[in-house]
Amino acid sequence: MGSAVTSDHSAKGGATALMPYDEVLRGYEPVLGLETHVELGTRSKMFCSCATTFGAEPNTQVCPVCLALPGALPVVNSAAVESAIRLGLALNCSIAEWCRFARKNYFYPDMPKNYQISQYDEPLCYDGYLDVTVDTPEGPREFRIGIERVHMEEDTGKTSHVGGADGRIHGAEYSTVDYNRAGIPLLEIVTKPIEDAGEWAPQVARAYVRELRDLIRALGISDVRMEEGSLRCDVNVSLKPRGSTEWGTRTETKNVNSLRSIERAVRHEIERQGGVLSAGGRVVQETRHFQESTGTTVAGRSKEEAQDYRYFPDPDLVPVAPDREWVEQLRATLPELPSAKRRRLKAEWNLTDKELQDLVNANAVDLVEQTVAAGAPPAEARKWWLNDLSRRATETGVELSELPITPAQVARVVELVAEGSLTNKLARQVVDGVLAGEGEPDEVVEARGLRVVSDDAALGAIVDQAIANNADAAEKVRNGKIAAVGALVGAVMRETKGQADAGRARQLILERLGVSG
Amino acid sequence: MTELLKLSAAELGAAIASGETSAVEATQAYLDRIAEVDGQIHAFLHVAADKALEQARAVDARRAAGEKLGPLAGVPVAHKDVFTTKDMPTTAASKILEGWQSPYDATVTERLRDAGLVILGKTNLDEFAMGSSTENSAYGPTRNPWDTDRVPGGSSGGSSAAVAAFEAPLATGTDTGGSIRQPAAVCGLVGAKPTYGTSSRYGLIAFASSLDTPGPIARNVLDAALLHEAFSGHDPRDSTSVNEPVPPVVEAARRADVSGMRIGVVKELSGEGYQPGVMQRFTEAVELFESLGAKIVEVSCPSFTAALAAYYLIAPSECSSNLARFDAMRYGLRVGDDGTRSADEVMALTRAQGFGPEVKRRIILGTYALSSGYYDAYYGSAQKVRTLIKRDFEAAFQQADVLVSPTTPTTAFRLGERIDDPMAMYLADLCTIPTNLAGNAALSVPCGLAPEDNMPVGLHIMAPTLADDRAYQAGAAVEAALRDKWGGDLLSQCAYAV
Repeated sequence: MGSAVTSDHSAKGGATALMPYDEVLRGYEPVLGLETHVELGTRSKMFCSCATTFGAEPNTQVCPVCLALPGALPVVNSAAVESAIRLGLALNCSIAEWCRFARKNYFYPDMPKNYQISQYDEPLCYDGYLDVTVDTPEGPREFRIGIERVHMEEDTGKTSHVGGADGRIHGAEYSTVDYNRAGIPLLEIVTKPIEDAGEWAPQVARAYVRELRDLIRALGISDVRMEEGSLRCDVNVSLKPRGSTEWGTRTETKNVNSLRSIERAVRHEIERQGGVLSAGGRVVQETRHFQESTGTTVAGRSKEEAQDYRYFPDPDLVPVAPDREWVEQLRATLPELPSAKRRRLKAEWNLTDKELQDLVNANAVDLVEQTVAAGAPPAEARKWWLNDLSRRATETGVELSELPITPAQVARVVELVAEGSLTNKLARQVVDGVLAGEGEPDEVVEARGLRVVSDDAALGAIVDQAIANNADAAEKVRNGKIAAVGALVGAVMRETKGQADAGRARQLILERLGVSG
Repeated sequence: MTELLKLSAAELGAAIASGETSAVEATQAYLDRIAEVDGQIHAFLHVAADKALEQARAVDARRAAGEKLGPLAGVPVAHKDVFTTKDMPTTAASKILEGWQSPYDATVTERLRDAGLVILGKTNLDEFAMGSSTENSAYGPTRNPWDTDRVPGGSSGGSSAAVAAFEAPLATGTDTGGSIRQPAAVCGLVGAKPTYGTSSRYGLIAFASSLDTPGPIARNVLDAALLHEAFSGHDPRDSTSVNEPVPPVVEAARRADVSGMRIGVVKELSGEGYQPGVMQRFTEAVELFESLGAKIVEVSCPSFTAALAAYYLIAPSECSSNLARFDAMRYGLRVGDDGTRSADEVMALTRAQGFGPEVKRRIILGTYALSSGYYDAYYGSAQKVRTLIKRDFEAAFQQADVLVSPTTPTTAFRLGERIDDPMAMYLADLCTIPTNLAGNAALSVPCGLAPEDNMPVGLHIMAPTLADDRAYQAGAAVEAALRDKWGGDLLSQCAYAV
């Protein structure tokens, strides 16, 4: 490879300096492509009836078919085909009238048959699009992402390397394989090249995956837990010199497994490739791996000597030819999709673009909608989920939807505040109690004794005490300086640890001091 | 005991059902016969004496309890060692599976058991069913009972030899390019390749998925039909299984009538390269059909000349992928796992040592044919030939109800004669391969001995898809006429006849 700078793993070359992002963008336009794998939430595997429960004891959800015992044969799981068609329809794709499964042949210990059943030149769904929105200083901007194809395939087993550093194969003493995952149905969603993202490329990539995730969740075909690997994203990036019609060489960064990482990986690849090109090097077509800890990508295997997968139609399976009536029935019964829901809620709740985008960014749209459905005013529901609860989710490192509080419980807290039973401050304590597993809001109020004290008998004595203890203030009020009542109310509140109904306390103080409020 | 061995499977089944004899007696008679002759024949890789007797006792107990038994209940069967069995080893005659115990039964195995058939053991074959002589077995060749210096055909040579040597009244086989019909023909037996998809491949260790077809081997047409019916029919575990009723083969075998039937002689399946004695017996069989009231027509299937070439692209391509699972990771042989080698190295060493030369040849052929840049020229073209062959069959079946040819161009060859000449070996399947490529049905029935070597000649009767019964009906008719002519079964002339 001579003196040319090739890539940052080159033994002689060492790491090439990154080029500042803005500088790269002055000379180049990024071109993106995303390949996303989604594990479907079907009860059984793609080609056998084994269970798909996540986290089961290794090699307990296996059978002759998914272990590829001699003689075993695959049978297509029609629930997986249905899921694939529904996603295809939601992505505005055409649904093939007839398509086949193909074998992708390569040897790897976690692939029992040493071929993966996938689809090659006949995907089930093709030629669609997904609109995504990116926040810019000028306001939200929409991008239309072309969808090349959605196809069905099976997952491999999971290899663990034991005894080496950071779980990688190099230096490992031995490896184990768990075949529970082998044969779990996957959908692969491939975008067309995204050429118009420009400086927003990292955000567009992130927004696309988030939109896709929300769409898949809305369809109910997968719970899409990125941290469990049920959605995995490969990010292709290349740089096209401005004004050129020819694309640059692309890299494929594998298994980028969080929304934040997707954005970082794209940005890093743009900066890295810019650096390589500006140093007079060439970008190597290769697989790269994203390093969560450093936010950088490192070279994997080179793709220049392309592996020959020897695809051919799987003779063990018959073609999939979805009945047209069935497809139309699936189309007619699609749920409201996230984009449509957002448009509707924006109108119903009278939101600004920014307010809507805040909800989307916080993954709070469905939660707020459900809270409103449980009786809370939209503004109150938004306030709770975007402020207190988002903060709590961030603190505990879980997704908002994973907090141990339901929209109905939030709605009840809102109701208690509205009827005057709780102050906002008390309401937060109630929410704390619910999150701590102390039961329903009403149970927390009861157990912690958090209800506002507005009972005149109980308040009366405290008010008298406050007047006695604050004679100066009382005197000022009597003399017509009504503003001085604040000190007395404050004393009542202190005495009741904030549980007094401040309005009623003020009224009682004024009555007692013979002044009308 | 010899009297029991002489009974056809149909007669034996009836005798057991009526209580004239017992399943245990019949099973013991065959086990004794195996003990007596299999040292010379080597038809079996595994004899399951205890389990067979256990199954036989269960059948006798069912009868004693007043249950009405099926036509083959208690009848012993030899099972080709390419079907999985959960109570005996399954090797596909390969070292790579030596010692492996399947945890599950193939659908065919299950249905044999359900029909009350008693599995005597597992029979020898060419490794992974790749071959035409059973010489490719990793466990040594099987010999032809008609002449133990000759091969019994293949790949189901253990099954055909077992039946011809009276070690079993019935046997299972699998036919990918002729692996049932060719060994049946050269051993003087009846063998059928059912319509593709009518007998389940689940638990059949795959050689070429789009071609592999389980089928029966028997001493006569009716027995073959009974076994055919016993294990065929739709299987939801095999996606390529056809959800159609099994063609009425038993009824057809009993009807044995060709009057008014149009019988097409395939022009392309005769002539140069065919042994004179084979052609002579074939011509006589065609004349016999005519004398029985059939109408003989000559048909042309021009694409058949390309069938062998297409087959040797498609079958190796599929096998190169099907056999990838034998990688030492989950079961079977493991070579070189001494803690210093990577998984890749262990896989390579195991496959190098575990597979025989013919299997490797085909894996390499198939890997090449599927390679990027070659796919269209090889696999793609072969699939087009396949379509043309189907069309030729369709056109021919417009003119004729069944088609006929010799089953094999020659009689059984000598051991070692073709082992170093793959092309000569492949030619043994010249007449049988078109049916596999098109997926329709065919039957081989004995039609005499070739005068020059006194070895059996097979008559090949091809029928349209899902019309297997036509082949059985024509086969039974010619069988009955020949039996009258010979004054008994051809097999009674075999050196190992009882």
